[in-house]
Amino acid sequence: MKASDPVLAGTGLVAGYHGRKVLHEVSLQVAAGELLAVVGPNGAGKSTLLKVLSGNFDPWDGVVKLEGRPLHEYDRRAVARRLASLGQESVCAFAFTVMEMVLMGRAPHLGALRLESARDVRIAREALQRFDLLPLAARAINEISGGERRRVFLARVLAQEPQVALLDEPTAFLDLKHVVEIFSCLAQLRAERAMAVVATMHDLNAAALYADRVLLLKEGRTVGCGRAEEVLTRENLRLVYETDVYVGRNPATGAVAILPAAR
Amino acid sequence: MTEPAKVSAARAPHPSSEEGWAGAPIEQAYLTRKRMAVVLGSLAVALAAVCALGVLFGSVKIDFVRAIAQPSSPDHAILFAARMPRVLMGAVVGAILAAVGAALQALVRNPLAEGGTLGISSGAAFGAIVALVVSYRFGAGPAVVPIAGFAAAMISTLAVYRLGQMHGRIEPFSLLLVGVIFNTFWSALILLINSVVNLYQTRSILFWLVGSLEAPTYREVALVGALGAGGFLWLVWHARDMNLLSLGDDPARDLGVEVDTARRSIFIATSLMIGAAVSVSGMIGFVGLIVPHILRLAFGADHRLLLPASLLTGAAFLVAADLAARVLIAPGELPVGVITALCGGPFFIYLLRREGHQGIAI
Repeated sequence: MKASDPVLAGTGLVAGYHGRKVLHEVSLQVAAGELLAVVGPNGAGKSTLLKVLSGNFDPWDGVVKLEGRPLHEYDRRAVARRLASLGQESVCAFAFTVMEMVLMGRAPHLGALRLESARDVRIAREALQRFDLLPLAARAINEISGGERRRVFLARVLAQEPQVALLDEPTAFLDLKHVVEIFSCLAQLRAERAMAVVATMHDLNAAALYADRVLLLKEGRTVGCGRAEEVLTRENLRLVYETDVYVGRNPATGAVAILPAAR
Repeated sequence: MTEPAKVSAARAPHPSSEEGWAGAPIEQAYLTRKRMAVVLGSLAVALAAVCALGVLFGSVKIDFVRAIAQPSSPDHAILFAARMPRVLMGAVVGAILAAVGAALQALVRNPLAEGGTLGISSGAAFGAIVALVVSYRFGAGPAVVPIAGFAAAMISTLAVYRLGQMHGRIEPFSLLLVGVIFNTFWSALILLINSVVNLYQTRSILFWLVGSLEAPTYREVALVGALGAGGFLWLVWHARDMNLLSLGDDPARDLGVEVDTARRSIFIATSLMIGAAVSVSGMIGFVGLIVPHILRLAFGADHRLLLPASLLTGAAFLVAADLAARVLIAPGELPVGVITALCGGPFFIYLLRREGHQGIAI
């Protein structure tokens, strides 16, 4: 496998629920170290696309390839050592501690009856540290705030040491400071470990600022895929969001900046 | 045991969320080998002590010197033919019920689940009774009773699990409701059988409905013990999967669990264990609810510790409850299920109220 080959690639993905198509032949690929943002209005099929890519949802048609091999040829543990997912609000019936939650990211790397080794503990610790969570390590997961929990799940993705991370709304419930921190942390990881990231995002400005490429979806179809300034144009956004927008430049970063243009 | 106090101190609510928790060493935040060893060692000692008490005391006083020296004395018979197998059976059944409770709670993501509340025990009791009646009529061997218990437990588990799902997702409260309804339904069927056929067997219908450890044989203890041990090892193999399954199906799969395989294994193992326990002791309720809950509060939610700790504590709990059943109204005896239900009913309500406002979703 060459360095430029995609780590994760989906080709002609078609998927849906109860006979209703949600994705129409969507294709995408992400290379090592790249951040691909998936944007679009509610119901555009962003979360479904991520579920198909993570193997949690079987597509009706099309194929997902992880490191060049079809996803269904791997067993789940082998997938989990390469690919990590952050879903939307997940559910936990029991009061695991924050540290236990993050250590669960080590599960695919361990044998069935093993406790975590000193190395696993170190990895989890570092992940906690990166997201400012060390002081919360012994707290129960259901006692902390929604934003803190979001960071715990991100730390778990980190501890899993994947080649690809699929993040569904990674910055939901987070305040501005942590949004910035998380994207700078992701940038660091992409540089250090060549980790690829596919993230769905509600915030178009964040997508424009942080992503290498943007995939814009409307009703399960690709409207555009490429650099932010090529995809997040006034025409495309008007078409997708059905409202007028102003597209300019953020004077501080030079990135595309989008504002609503109608009251 | 000093360990519980230490651990629960680490889990105590935070003094102020601004200050952070820099003081607590991180070793207290997850399951270490040391915590495993200390907790399981202490619980094993406690279990041995409770078993010793169970043998020493009972509804009548016996002379231990005579019991051991004179094999023909009534003391010998009471000690070796009545008390010892009863204490052993109490330990085996209690261990099974508590370990199964912990596993089922992970499987359905609900701390209120156990064999009794999900209607699995009563399903197993129904199967065992049908087998008893049939084997009495047609002369099949006694081994069909636990097998029928297992089959009925399995059917009951699957039915409750399927009916408790809405749009492919487990709904904790509707699942529990389905379980409660199944429980009532199976109990009604048991009463129906009781009124149309005459159970000549030594065990009365009350035995099944309330649960009792009366008069087990060593052979029964060995059989149930072997089935329980096999099922338990199977569960332990999936202990970490249970941690991950309690996050939800998708997160578990994302962390490398073959969800369907793991779930099927847990179904089969728990049904096997409940079938075996119920076929000798009837429906002893609430052990699987009380024991894992208290252990989780004390030692954390990790199933790699919770399962073996439940096994040991469940054993000690039921032996102690049975001792109480034997001595409370001596020389008369209560069925042990009465004791566990009297403890468990209020405990269930407390849990229900607590989970109600705390919320199961995070």
